[in-house]
Amino acid sequence: MRTMSKSLTYSRPSAAQRRWKAVRRNWEAYLLFLPVLVWYVIFCYMPMGGLVIAFKQFSPIKGIADSPFIGMANFTRIFSTPSFLAAVRNTLILSALNLIIVFPIPILFAILLNEIRHQRFKKIVQTISYLPHFISWSVVGGLLYMLMAPQTGAINNLIVAFGGEAKNYMGISQYFRTIAVGSTIWKTMGWSAIVYIAAITNVDEQLYEAAYIDGAGRLRRIWHITLPGIRSTIAVLLILQIGSIMNSNFDQIFMLVNDMTLDVGETIDYYIYRIGLSASNNFSLATASGMIKSVIGFVLVVAANALSKKISDGEGIW
Amino acid sequence: MKASGNLSDRIFNIANTIFMLLIVLVTLYPFWYVVVVSFSTIDHVVGNDFILWPNGLHWDAYEQVFRNNLIPTAYRNTLFVTIAGTLLSMLLTILGAYVLSLRNLPGRTGLTLFVVLTMLFGGGMIPYYLVVSSLGLIDSLWALIIPGCISSYNMILMRNFFQNVPDGLQEAAMIDGVGLTGYLVRILLPLSTSALATVTLFYAVGYWNDYFTSILFVRTRELWPMQRILREVLMTAEFQNMMYDDARQKMPPETLKNAMIVITVIPIICVYPFIQKYFVKGVMIGSIKG
Repeated sequence: MRTMSKSLTYSRPSAAQRRWKAVRRNWEAYLLFLPVLVWYVIFCYMPMGGLVIAFKQFSPIKGIADSPFIGMANFTRIFSTPSFLAAVRNTLILSALNLIIVFPIPILFAILLNEIRHQRFKKIVQTISYLPHFISWSVVGGLLYMLMAPQTGAINNLIVAFGGEAKNYMGISQYFRTIAVGSTIWKTMGWSAIVYIAAITNVDEQLYEAAYIDGAGRLRRIWHITLPGIRSTIAVLLILQIGSIMNSNFDQIFMLVNDMTLDVGETIDYYIYRIGLSASNNFSLATASGMIKSVIGFVLVVAANALSKKISDGEGIW
Repeated sequence: MKASGNLSDRIFNIANTIFMLLIVLVTLYPFWYVVVVSFSTIDHVVGNDFILWPNGLHWDAYEQVFRNNLIPTAYRNTLFVTIAGTLLSMLLTILGAYVLSLRNLPGRTGLTLFVVLTMLFGGGMIPYYLVVSSLGLIDSLWALIIPGCISSYNMILMRNFFQNVPDGLQEAAMIDGVGLTGYLVRILLPLSTSALATVTLFYAVGYWNDYFTSILFVRTRELWPMQRILREVLMTAEFQNMMYDDARQKMPPETLKNAMIVITVIPIICVYPFIQKYFVKGVMIGSIKG
């Protein structure tokens, strides 16, 4: 970690006193940080402490402290619950689709956009491509429901025009993943491309000129110069995304999933919400599910960051 | 790179331009579609493959939507949460980022770790809910603001920006005796306007678009923000019936839903051309490590 301080190497005996003096001299800074500290303790560290209910049979009436301790029972139970295992599977499948299908698309878009010569057109396309990033998932969900509506939706009508069948696509499990992946692409492509576009502008222009003189065509220049030039950016972002495969996009899933598509659409996050706060109030079981997710997620993120540091010469995310 | 005139190059350029136009179309058409449908009569929409224009300007759907008292209330709630939330978020984020940026502060590493750790590990939804609940925040507008008012990512972003301001300035200010707070308010903040604008907008758009926090913490309809109302109108039959409390109207639900989407998204579409460049800047600052 970059921010690690140099250890104090004062040789004189007054080191502790000097440190204390430095602390006192900066009292104002600690005072300024106090509200921030309090917020973090309450809204981040107290919930971590609250994880203890994963090991208890929590009842809201008895409170956290007085609920009976039952050891690992919640965990053994959760691992033999079919709907939890299905949620893990659904989460991993969606993450895999995001890695395989969604991830490469902004790279492709950035490369192709870079090949546009007309600067003004390029700028306009790029700016429009950001737009979906600013739109909430409730609106994106709304657009999807409207475009897919069986009688009136543009997509449904288009499918019918091409000889297909009008269906309520939002309510059929079979189409859930297609819709989830498609809407993620629509919402994130332009925004995710920013980093790649910036990386491409850093590729040495002389390389292109040399390749051009050597007679390399456009596609070969893209393949042999542009792509290798942004390789480390791609690698870092890929690893970071692998680090978050236990997560699903909450806001998105909450808009798309309904009773008809729950079998493929329920991710771990949604499962926790459903058994903890919505369909039932099984706080302990839901917390245990969340803890499994957090622990695996933590290990993955730390590993991913270590790996990305290696690849990009010490540039991790922190 | 000079434009070459050979054939394969020209084909590539044409195909690429068409591809980009297609992307623009796919990005913009859904918005245009909801606007068109919201102003059309239903017979114009049913079975029509690719609607480009409304058949007239029918405001009935909007009248119907605004006849419901919940919509103006929801708009007020969203405005309050966005403004009050952004102010509180900025205050806390600036304080945190400033202290974390002080190079010679004893304990700075510990404090940074204290913040960064929360980006990697958390208690999860249920313990979080129990904490917010035990504070008595459930079912209040403050529940939409306080529990999520600091984004550690934004704080680190701002800290990185503060760290790029030359150290000499701070030393000079200390010699002048303005103190740490004086330095922050009188020197650092005026120098950081673009970073402040970026992070302010990150927060504001985040509050404006948030609906999930209200699902967790707010049950009373009168306290729901716009985005939440939209979700309920789209996804729950109960709420759809409620929009039809007026017996006179025979509006098809699709038209009404489209009008709801339009009034929810219009403010963002109007400000987005002006704020997007600050967002892009934020991504750039974020990708440079401090």
